[in-house]
Amino acid sequence: MRDQRPAVILLVIFLLSGILLVKLFAIQVLDDSFLKRAESNAIQRIVDHPYRGLVYDRSGKLMVFNNPIFDLMVVPREFHLKDTAKFCELFRISKEQLIEGYNSAKSYSKVKPSPLIKQLSNTDFARIQDFLVDYPGLFILTRSVRSYPSPTAAHALGYIGEISAGQLGRDTLSYYSQGDYVGLSGLEKYYEKELRGNKGVKYKMVNVRGMDKGPFKEGQYDTISIAGKNLTSTIDLDLQQFGELLMAGKTGSVVAIEPKTGEILAMISAPFYDPNQLTGAEFGKTYKVLNTDNSKPLFNRPIMATYPPGSIFKIVQSLIGLQEGILTPNSTFSCNKSLVACHNHPNPVNLFGAIRNSCNPYYHQAFRQIINREVSSNTFKDTEIGLNAWRESVLKFGLGAPLGIDMSGEKGGDIPSSKLYDRIYGAGHWKYSTIYSLSIGQGEMQVTPLQMANLAAIFANKGYYYTPHLIKEVDGDPKKIPAKFQEKRFVGVDARHFDLIQEAMVEAIYGTAARAVMTDLVIAGKTGTAQNPHGEDHSVFIAFAPKDNPKIAIAVYVENAGWGGRAAASTASLMIEKYIRKTISRPELQDYVIAGNFIY
Amino acid sequence: MKESEVQINRVDWIAVSIYFALVMIGWFNIYAVTYDSQVEKSIFDFTISSGKQLVWIGTAIGLITLIMVADYRFFENLSLIIYLIFLLILIVTPIFGKEVNGQILSIGFGEFRIQPGEFAKFATALALAKVMERPTFDLNKRNYQAIAFGVLLVPVALILLQPDPGTAMVYLSLLIMFYREGLPQWYYVLGIGAVSITLLALGVENNLYLAAIIVLVVGGLIYLGKKSWQRILAFSLIGIGLIAYIYSIDFVVSKLPPHHQNRIMVLFNPDIDPLGVGWNVTQSKIAIGSGGFFGKGYLEGTQTKFDFVPEQDTDFIFCTIGEEFGWMGSLVVIGLFVGLLYRLVIMAERQKTRFSRIYGYCVISILLFHFMINISMTVGLFPVVGIPLPFFSYGGSSLWSFTILLFIFIKLDSSRASQLGRIS
Repeated sequence: MRDQRPAVILLVIFLLSGILLVKLFAIQVLDDSFLKRAESNAIQRIVDHPYRGLVYDRSGKLMVFNNPIFDLMVVPREFHLKDTAKFCELFRISKEQLIEGYNSAKSYSKVKPSPLIKQLSNTDFARIQDFLVDYPGLFILTRSVRSYPSPTAAHALGYIGEISAGQLGRDTLSYYSQGDYVGLSGLEKYYEKELRGNKGVKYKMVNVRGMDKGPFKEGQYDTISIAGKNLTSTIDLDLQQFGELLMAGKTGSVVAIEPKTGEILAMISAPFYDPNQLTGAEFGKTYKVLNTDNSKPLFNRPIMATYPPGSIFKIVQSLIGLQEGILTPNSTFSCNKSLVACHNHPNPVNLFGAIRNSCNPYYHQAFRQIINREVSSNTFKDTEIGLNAWRESVLKFGLGAPLGIDMSGEKGGDIPSSKLYDRIYGAGHWKYSTIYSLSIGQGEMQVTPLQMANLAAIFANKGYYYTPHLIKEVDGDPKKIPAKFQEKRFVGVDARHFDLIQEAMVEAIYGTAARAVMTDLVIAGKTGTAQNPHGEDHSVFIAFAPKDNPKIAIAVYVENAGWGGRAAASTASLMIEKYIRKTISRPELQDYVIAGNFIY
Repeated sequence: MKESEVQINRVDWIAVSIYFALVMIGWFNIYAVTYDSQVEKSIFDFTISSGKQLVWIGTAIGLITLIMVADYRFFENLSLIIYLIFLLILIVTPIFGKEVNGQILSIGFGEFRIQPGEFAKFATALALAKVMERPTFDLNKRNYQAIAFGVLLVPVALILLQPDPGTAMVYLSLLIMFYREGLPQWYYVLGIGAVSITLLALGVENNLYLAAIIVLVVGGLIYLGKKSWQRILAFSLIGIGLIAYIYSIDFVVSKLPPHHQNRIMVLFNPDIDPLGVGWNVTQSKIAIGSGGFFGKGYLEGTQTKFDFVPEQDTDFIFCTIGEEFGWMGSLVVIGLFVGLLYRLVIMAERQKTRFSRIYGYCVISILLFHFMINISMTVGLFPVVGIPLPFFSYGGSSLWSFTILLFIFIKLDSSRASQLGRIS
């Protein structure tokens, strides 16, 4: 019996050791949760956010940059104060603020940093910096917010904000994480990939007190962040600011394009706001105010607002007529006011006179010839075929569909097809007399100010355009802008037909927009009045200048400002002068526009 | 002197080799604990614990030499005197010792301090071997049991006064030696049963389940056996007693101060307070558990190096092995310990004198207890009690006392040929 006891003891030794080894196997090999917990203990993953790309205007003036802001952070466990009064004096906060900040930090975490004082100014930061070493547990966290040296071009530039849950869900590459900032509108959104750069990651080891113990595995898993690319905008900062000066207090749009390139020189949506308001800590508060404002300052009118094109569309009709061979420069129609209302002017008129005088009956009759070509003996059928063929021609002018500008939210407007009228009246129940309003750019037609500016560019270029865009260079390289902006688009009308149009437009402004005339600079333009059933009509004007070798094409919309010859034409004329001459020779016209009393 | 030169051939080199292997692995791990890649310091740097440990290792080798050249009869003859001296030191320790965290563990002057509780282990082992060596000493008999337990419990009582329950518990490991020397088996059955029921009572949330099981078992035993009224009464009383005991444990625990309660409860659920009482165990398990199969590599551990595990160079030194060498490292270290214990059992059984054998089993008992409890504690199988891992943990008292304990036996073993066989 007793002789077995050494064996029993040995058995116990083996058994207990076996239990230990099994337990160790369970936690070391089978259960990998300890490894994860060890990593979260000792390895901090620090995301290195790259600098977001800067945006310059077309002449290299800074438009958007990153402004560093400084938060004073506290790690409650390491923070000990001997002399509270002195601390409050140095850091210029009240004792109550200190206690409140400290307590909220402590309730968040004793070992992780939380902000004690948010957004220190540069001067406060410089002052505090030297004292920091005396206070363990305090450090400065540097972040950066978008900043705008001139508070301008808010809609075009757009804004950034924290990524939404929906955007995170769509981010299939898992680049973003909660709390990241992304472009939410304007250039910031469209060129997000270029501007954001690439995040870097550093793995750092920390000890139990959170002290830095150097890079993990000599940094072999670390990646370096790559700064975002800088963008050179097509916007002319001076012109943009001047446009905003003119449009202040009004509602409407100004879009100026360099015809030869499609580069947008200025893009004003009024009312506008200071883009600096939508940055950093202010974002949430300001956004709410702007978003609920009745004047809709966040609404990007140049690409989102749609209006009937009005009289300006007569030029498009003329060009289609000329190209189709239905009209010639000598085509003459009487100003038959029984067809459609008109104002008093020499009668009858040829094509030139029709444009110059914006004769409504002329286009009522011309458009009938464009639509009803008697390809079918059935009037209804003939109208349908004619309308759809005409629509195809109109679409080529960049109307009726989004142009594809480098901004999101662009509306396409509408050029009606037979389907629309079939839906309204039923197939075979409508004919030319139903749709004649289209002849003078009224009726079921909608265009955006951007499309109208592009139209001006087409007239200037005699038949082609480049898709309007806001970016000239990416990282200093003009070839890096999207290819679609480098492609010449023809509208299907021969250049020779444009000579008469241009001449007529030059003449037209003498009649309808005398305010826009400049003695030493030939402007070709056309007024329009977008009918507004809710109040005063919208004042519209498109133009390009100089007539020979055009440098700027422009569309101006001023809502509820009545006749196109006043508000819109004056604004456009001033913008053209500003861009080409760099100075304003007509201060009284500028004052007239700024004062904004256009209804009299 | 001449005698010892002859006996060098009889030294059990296997045990000695394992001893040195463990000491060296321990030393390297102590360096790993203090290693900081930002402040590169040599393993020999005396300002860090690995450098100091090297001093302790050197002096331990000196002690080994002294023990090996001494006459083996010295330990046997002076065993009771050594025992009494250490009892005396244990008595004066609470009076003259230095208080740290409410405990008075060490005595000495300035830098030189020893923990008498550590050294009293080998003294107690020697004394037990001495009083129990007579062939007539029979652990089946009450008076001999009283003597044996008396010799064992006096130092335990003195250590509890320090108070150092962890070290005191180590002395109870000598029950293993008592088992080998014939203490009746039912003592152990009862003891293990009591411990199991206590653990169950603590671990099982609802005592009703346990009570129901006891009622079923007792009822079954009564039903199956002879149905005399004495027997039924006896079983019923035992059953009622057990149920009363289970309920009384919860009552006693609820009367304990909260931090003691937590210390017990954390064993069953380390997550109840991972940042407080559970911190040590939680962090220790994270460190060991993160090692995986092959470990993170020497000096690559993050948990132990960066102070997540407390007392990592003493009581939690095993974490470093687990983290940096993984399960393979654990296997090697545990293998070395088991190998040493196995070797010691072989050696104890080949002794010619009962004195040597009893002493040998004392060594086995103490080493087994330290090794088992220490590692169990680091993986959360046992409550956190402050006892070191033999030969590994940083510290002079610990290394010296284990060295003395082990090498007295190696000395006795190497001299067994010249001892008179007195084993019955």
